[in-house]
Amino acid sequence: MVTLNDYLIVSGLLFTIGFAGVMLRRNLIIIYMALELMLNAANLSLVGFSRFNTQNNLPDFNAQVFVFFTITVAAAEVAVGLAIIVALYRARQTTHVEDLTSLKF
Amino acid sequence: MAPALFWTFAAVMLVFGLLVVVSRNPVTSALSLVVCFLGLAALFFSLDAFFIGVIQILVYAGAVMVLFLFIIMLFDLRAEARRKTNVSAVFGGVVVVTLFVRVLFDVSYGFQNGNAVFPAIERRPEGDAWHIGMTLFQTYNLPFQVIATLVLVASIGVVLLSKRELK
Repeated sequence: MVTLNDYLIVSGLLFTIGFAGVMLRRNLIIIYMALELMLNAANLSLVGFSRFNTQNNLPDFNAQVFVFFTITVAAAEVAVGLAIIVALYRARQTTHVEDLTSLKF
Repeated sequence: MAPALFWTFAAVMLVFGLLVVVSRNPVTSALSLVVCFLGLAALFFSLDAFFIGVIQILVYAGAVMVLFLFIIMLFDLRAEARRKTNVSAVFGGVVVVTLFVRVLFDVSYGFQNGNAVFPAIERRPEGDAWHIGMTLFQTYNLPFQVIATLVLVASIGVVLLSKRELK
């Protein structure tokens, strides 16, 4: 049978993939996609805990409402972030983090 | 859900998630991300979270990915494929990721409550969307309105950021 640990390990591995993407890639858009992977990994573990923590023979819906909020905030974050990337591209003609060093001391 | 289905969808999700990170072409990354989110939605369905799974497909695989693809099409990102990889960053990343996976497995196998199999739930005719709606509008009414304001502010901000010159 599939246990809660299986879901948590799959979720942790997805988080690790996203984390590796943020660390290794140098393109802002790919870094954004990796951030989305990390947010979704957290959602998966939340829904897993919700299903395995039953109350009155029902899943814990507080966790699912929290996931709903996370998805909403992530969608708003993607819209704002991509608008910033477009503005940056317009000013600098690059989306590569190594070309953006004007804040470097 | 049968274990075979769980492992199939988990493998699809992880393989395409890995493809997002390793592929050199941003369009390949974006399309792999869609498949990864579809696998994740299947895992949500396996956890009896049908509403969350449907929202996942609509919002992520639909809206967010269209946004990503539009932005990628807008830019000329072919220069990305010609860049050589930074060896020290790859080395540091691999070390940190290995340590992270090690800690992940240690914590998971030490977590005794995690060995529970699926507890039985009662399937009611109203479905889980009804329960989520009741929780959302009764217990979390104020946070819901705060989120609504946040989305409004975000959409105004996007329009402002996209203007050619700020006044």
